[in-house]
Amino acid sequence: MLKLLIVLVVILGIIAIAQLAKVYELSAKMRNKREEEISHADNKLNAVLMIVFMLAFYAGVIYLMIEYGNYLPPAASEHGAAMDQLMTINLWIIIAVFFIVNTLLFYFPFKYYYRKDRKAKFFPHDNRLELVWTVIPSIVLAFLIIYGLKTWSDITGKASEDTIQVEIYAKQFDWTARYPGENGAFGAANFNVISTLNPLGLITDKTINEKVAELEEQIETLEKRLQSEEMLLLPESQVEALEDRKYRLIRHKQRVFDLETYEIDGINAWEAGMDDKITKGEFHLPVGREVEMIFRSRDVIHSAYLPHLRAQMNAVPGVPTRFKVTPTITTDSMRQITENPDFDYVLLCNKICGSAHFNMQIKLVIETEEEYQKWLDEQETFKAAIGAGDEEEETEQQNEESVDPEMNGEANENQTGESEMAASNETADSEE
Amino acid sequence: MAANAHAHHHKESFVSKYIFSQDHKMISKQFMLTAVFMGIVALMLSVFFRLQLGWDGESFAILNTFLGDRWAPEGVLDRNAYLALVTIHGTIMVFFVLTGGLSGTFSNLLIPLQIGARDMASGFLNMLSYWMFFVSSVIMISSLFIETGAASGGWTIYPPLSALPQAMPGSGMGMTLWLISMVLFIASSLLGSLNYIVTVINLRTKGMKMTRLPLTIWAFLVTAILGVLSFPVLVSAVVLLLMDRGMGTAFYLSDIYIGGEALDVTGGSPVLYEHLFWFLGHPEVYIVLLPALGISSEVISTNSRKPIFGYRAMIGSILAIGFLSFIVWGHHMFISGMSPFLGSVFVFTTLLIAIPSAVKAFNYITTLWKGNIRFTPAMLFSIGLVSTFVTGGLTGIILADSALDIQVHDTYFVVGHFHIVMGMSAIFGMFAGIYHWFPKMFGRMMNTKLGYAHFWLTIVSGYGVFFPMHFTGLAGSPRRYYSYSEFPFLDWVVELNTVISIFAIIGAVAQALFLFNMFYSIFRGQRAPENPWQSNTLEWTTPVKHVHGNWIGDLPEVHRWPYDYSNPDYDTDFVPQTVPLKPGEEGH
Repeated sequence: MLKLLIVLVVILGIIAIAQLAKVYELSAKMRNKREEEISHADNKLNAVLMIVFMLAFYAGVIYLMIEYGNYLPPAASEHGAAMDQLMTINLWIIIAVFFIVNTLLFYFPFKYYYRKDRKAKFFPHDNRLELVWTVIPSIVLAFLIIYGLKTWSDITGKASEDTIQVEIYAKQFDWTARYPGENGAFGAANFNVISTLNPLGLITDKTINEKVAELEEQIETLEKRLQSEEMLLLPESQVEALEDRKYRLIRHKQRVFDLETYEIDGINAWEAGMDDKITKGEFHLPVGREVEMIFRSRDVIHSAYLPHLRAQMNAVPGVPTRFKVTPTITTDSMRQITENPDFDYVLLCNKICGSAHFNMQIKLVIETEEEYQKWLDEQETFKAAIGAGDEEEETEQQNEESVDPEMNGEANENQTGESEMAASNETADSEE
Repeated sequence: MAANAHAHHHKESFVSKYIFSQDHKMISKQFMLTAVFMGIVALMLSVFFRLQLGWDGESFAILNTFLGDRWAPEGVLDRNAYLALVTIHGTIMVFFVLTGGLSGTFSNLLIPLQIGARDMASGFLNMLSYWMFFVSSVIMISSLFIETGAASGGWTIYPPLSALPQAMPGSGMGMTLWLISMVLFIASSLLGSLNYIVTVINLRTKGMKMTRLPLTIWAFLVTAILGVLSFPVLVSAVVLLLMDRGMGTAFYLSDIYIGGEALDVTGGSPVLYEHLFWFLGHPEVYIVLLPALGISSEVISTNSRKPIFGYRAMIGSILAIGFLSFIVWGHHMFISGMSPFLGSVFVFTTLLIAIPSAVKAFNYITTLWKGNIRFTPAMLFSIGLVSTFVTGGLTGIILADSALDIQVHDTYFVVGHFHIVMGMSAIFGMFAGIYHWFPKMFGRMMNTKLGYAHFWLTIVSGYGVFFPMHFTGLAGSPRRYYSYSEFPFLDWVVELNTVISIFAIIGAVAQALFLFNMFYSIFRGQRAPENPWQSNTLEWTTPVKHVHGNWIGDLPEVHRWPYDYSNPDYDTDFVPQTVPLKPGEEGH
């Protein structure tokens, strides 16, 4: 019924316009009006509309600036404050140019609309004027470029020695945070050992064994199925797909075997992850300390966006990325500033990543260093999470402190890279 | 005379005249009608997703009517369908309407007519170019109807999202069709561009020096060069992606665990795709914009009855923009994990583009100053183009600044920015072109009053849609979100989104005025005189009724530049290019 109504309205609308056009056409014919001759009345009407539109447009823009200009609470990070200042200067320059140029643009057509008795000024070029509007924008831009690049190099510069590291791990459609634990080193991770219990793919003897067992079980189930009579009924393509899957699993298992360990400042990389702390749903950062966030993704590109901290960085599968930030306002203080007792910082996904992209978030709590330490201490270690006991080992590792974070990361990357290459060579061989 | 006798005694069959035509004027009309159709589709898609964004989760019967139970169960847009709509809207608008439609229509129509050539250098390639465009359009549209849905990774289709069918339903068959359609589209664009370049270089009539070319032709020429140099890179990006999808290669993939399985492939990098894509992607912005600027130069000068100010500076700025557009692609990738130093190089080159752009804007304004301005609908759209070019260009300064881009990257600030320059400026250029050269294309006039209504409704609703987006973007609302209700800090964005959607609907409905005006005028419009706008350029010396070879008799000879409007040495306010210089008169 509704559809019918819509169709009817559309048809009636078209008929109405057609009739109007016909009337217009007839009257134009009677008045001997030509479409290409713009009447004085029409010129004047549009000239006035130029000014009317300009004023209405400006009113709208000013309304938006007043009503929605304070778009976000003050930046909650050190670099964010500098960035906001840069933004403000840029915005004022832009807004000034916007008003000047648009005013000229709408005013001239209003002032110089067509009159029969006038002739336009023949003014084909003027090098002095051209020079003016080449040089002035150049100077303004030079200022903006230098100022902008200075801010940029401050933001992207090297993290300091005593920075706190936290890994933000992305997958469809949630975030996980990982802290390096008491030994200060992130344990090795590899996508080949990812499992339900080990979503970040941390490598330890236990996770490797479990992964291998899991793969072997899958391979066995598949082999059984492939030998069963069920296969006779399946179309050939499906049988082939199952066989492909079996070989993929075999190659996967081989890649897990090929993983090799290495040392991070005297700590075995496969042990280093035992005291890592992994949190979901929310993560905490201390106020006033520099934090280096390291981003990894397991499936597609995500982007970790912290609008209140003015921070953003893509999380790219296979390419770890970094962003350093120094939080300056705790969650509690921000609740007072915004007069909103429910305010929470949030890290959200800002790179299209699939159907639930619009709700991929993790809460961030910024608090004092003591509160942060307390919270961190309460978190379960990876060892406890995967249920690998033996308390003695853990105490041994506690003495190891302050490892060079840069070295860590690099060693980590190199290692995964190498082991994968070895794995793919191996698979190539086994296929032959 | 005799040499051209075949031109108008030759009887053509329906098929060779209207379908597989090799005549540039007919091909131009084919491009225009296809682009207008694609534009209607893309516009409707945008209204559909604006309904969801403006009234989150509410039921609309119209969605169910058009999208069916699968994509809009009970009238509420499905999340995956939302992403598909956004993706296909962007793809169609950028490539099919603004690239194929704008260059295809006006380069084809105007290059031979304004340089005084009988046709394009190769009529056959030109025909091939259109039919590839047509086939790729059909494939793109048909991808909307397949079971798993059309491509949904955003128009930039970054892998791995677009490479892995496990990642989202739209990365299945829909993505494959998208890629195939795009390969055909690029082939079409390359054939067209090569033809335009060769024609402009080789087929100019006697006296038509490069410095006497109308600015439209300069813009089309540089656009074609940009296309020829940058589109092949997109082809390679697309073909590599097809191989990653179907042949087990790993150009863009590494260390991936998805769908409960660790993938075999390692060693690739998604960032490589971003580089390849944006190597086209940024020149593409100017492929879209330059023809529009060329059209507006012509329209503004003609209707101000005044020479375009700084003709040579305008050519220089077109060339400068064209050159710079090749070394700025990295500004789309400041936070992709690219080296920060490389980022700062791109900041520098990107902000340089503001200089030739400023020159252009001020030259337009000076052209209007002390003019004798006639408000044809084309003129209105050209003035609107300059306004949006300035407004949209200015926010580009913020996005080009890597430090600021961290905050606004991929937010609605970006959406507002590029819609004002591409969705408004470039589209306004297209409207200006259609209103201005309609008499040349169809031998009839469009209705002026409807044109006025169309312009004012369009500019009001256009700014109403895209200007507030800057504010929602600065507040941190990401683009390509199905809903903004999951984040309390974005609550106030919702009311602004409703306002935006209302303007979007008004703007979309206003386009009915244009469509009606255009189709009505094709058949019933007032018959056009030979030179309705008292213009100087050569196309207005051809007969109203199209003939093969454009001019009956000899080709015209050019004696002066195209912008002798209100020249004090002459009584009339225009002096066509074919009028010889007076003794002692200095040409420009």
